Amino acid sequence: MSAVAANADRAATADQPVLAVRGATKRFGSVLALDDVSIKVRRGEIVGLLGDNGAGKSTLTKCISGVHQLDAGEIALDGAPTQIRSPADARFAGIETVYQDLALFDNLTPGQNFFAGRELARPQWLPRGLRFLQQRRMDAETRVLLANLKVTLPRLDAVVAMMSGGQRQAIAVARSTVFARKVVILDEPTAALGLRESRQVLNLVAALRDQGNAVILITHNMEHVVELADRAVVLRQGRKVGELVPTRENKQELVSMIVGA
Amino acid sequence: MPETGNTGTTVGESALPAPKKKDAVPGLALGLTLLSAGPVVILALLIVVLGFLSPYFLTGRNLGNILAQTAVISVVAMGQHLVILTRGIDLSVGSNLALASVVGALAFHGGAPAFAVIAVMVGCGAAVGAINGLFYVFGRLPHPFIITLATLSIAKGLALQLADGRAIPGMPDSIDALGRDAVWGLPGSVFVVAGVAAVLLVMAKTMVWGRWIYAVGGRPDAALRMGIPVSWVLVSVYVISGLCAGIGAVILAGRTDAGSPLFGNLLELDTIAAVIIGGASFLGGRGHLGHALIGAIMIGVIRNALNLLNVNVFFQLIVIGVVIVIAVESDVLRNYLEGRVRVMQAGRQS
Repeated sequence: MSAVAANADRAATADQPVLAVRGATKRFGSVLALDDVSIKVRRGEIVGLLGDNGAGKSTLTKCISGVHQLDAGEIALDGAPTQIRSPADARFAGIETVYQDLALFDNLTPGQNFFAGRELARPQWLPRGLRFLQQRRMDAETRVLLANLKVTLPRLDAVVAMMSGGQRQAIAVARSTVFARKVVILDEPTAALGLRESRQVLNLVAALRDQGNAVILITHNMEHVVELADRAVVLRQGRKVGELVPTRENKQELVSMIVGA
Repeated sequence: MPETGNTGTTVGESALPAPKKKDAVPGLALGLTLLSAGPVVILALLIVVLGFLSPYFLTGRNLGNILAQTAVISVVAMGQHLVILTRGIDLSVGSNLALASVVGALAFHGGAPAFAVIAVMVGCGAAVGAINGLFYVFGRLPHPFIITLATLSIAKGLALQLADGRAIPGMPDSIDALGRDAVWGLPGSVFVVAGVAAVLLVMAKTMVWGRWIYAVGGRPDAALRMGIPVSWVLVSVYVISGLCAGIGAVILAGRTDAGSPLFGNLLELDTIAAVIIGGASFLGGRGHLGHALIGAIMIGVIRNALNLLNVNVFFQLIVIGVVIVIAVESDVLRNYLEGRVRVMQAGRQS
């Protein structure tokens, strides 16, 4: 009974998008960076966000992750319109972002990077900054997390500055898996990576989806889109120009949508 | 012809660099370890060499002297170190110390008891620090250099004005006691330094606040995106730097039994030098309190030794300048080596 009810419940909520952006518009001076863009992402779904340079992909994701604010339009989480005024707001609402520049702290260890801004500490009655770090607990959780994601790092006590590009990318993606509760945005996570390192990162992206997150994946790599994305949304000059289920057959169609030919 | 040339390079590559490549990372790691241990090693060598050069250098009395003379630099350098960790700089510490000592002396002559005089001095230091931090962060200044340069001037002028340009003699007995020998022939100021170091060490290493300082210094923009309250972290380090200057005022007032607008001249440069010589990175996010202390002691040792060896006072400035250049260059070298390690690891993976 309860299993059936749970299933019905899941079916009901599966249709409800976790993230719905409606009529997003954003201007920078006289440049219209986003013009009435709407997208929806459901639980356990990967949406590929495609477009040429300057198409508005980064602007859209930065509005969702609180770096920029929309001039018009709204962002709804689980159906409820939500104000996202800062990156901290977005993280609090369950939106994680893997930035193109990774936003890693080179001078900290992988574990310290995972928990940056969300350190496990006590006692609870003290203001956040004055609590005492629970370093051992954070170290242990880091080890479990990396093992679950099958990410191997040479040393966990070395600072991130000493690690390779792929390892750093893996750390940044893995960090988003720690705290992602609803939405994960990945901005070109495989740019500048070798074949094997890309593969590892793509596996992490799939793991994020399997955890039940709604995933937005920005990439220029059509192979990755066809392989991973359930839907592809194409932006051009700040407008949404198309949305389709990417397959090997319509790859060419996607490319022409992107370049506008 | 091209064949022999080719085989020549391949043989050379496989015979030499290939086996080396495996050792290269540990070799670099050793270099990095040596670099980070550098200041301690240099200080130890310095002490040994100076012990041979001057029979008086290693006497307990002289070592106690060095510690007493470096107490002020040490305590203020610890605050400066926190500021430098966040990629900042506090130029106002010397004037701040002078102002705090004058305000304390005036309070004493106004009839305030010893504990109140101490509170006034430390509070005055912290207040100037708060002004630095608040203007830097909420005045949206591009760099703390500017606001701390301004408060350097303002605090100095205020101190001269309040004290009518002269030292004000007289301090409560319990403050004077800091300058006298307390335990084991060590002056009380040394214990103040140790106490401040212990408190700051606990805060920086075990509290969330400390972790945030390193995060803000490492990548300010990322710290903001990770939801760290960057503004308040920045304000806090300037407050603590000012507070340390206030504690420095108490120590110096105790040693001289006076408050003076002329205290703390060039202290900002001494403390910055101490932090850098000790091995903290000027680029932010790297270093710990030990670096500030070792740097301060090294400056004290160099000055003391040059005095003992009858070297011209002007020459001290040159020596300390040279040491600063060496320290900064080794920081650059460390960053370069870290880059090499990263390249090697990427090469190994593929």
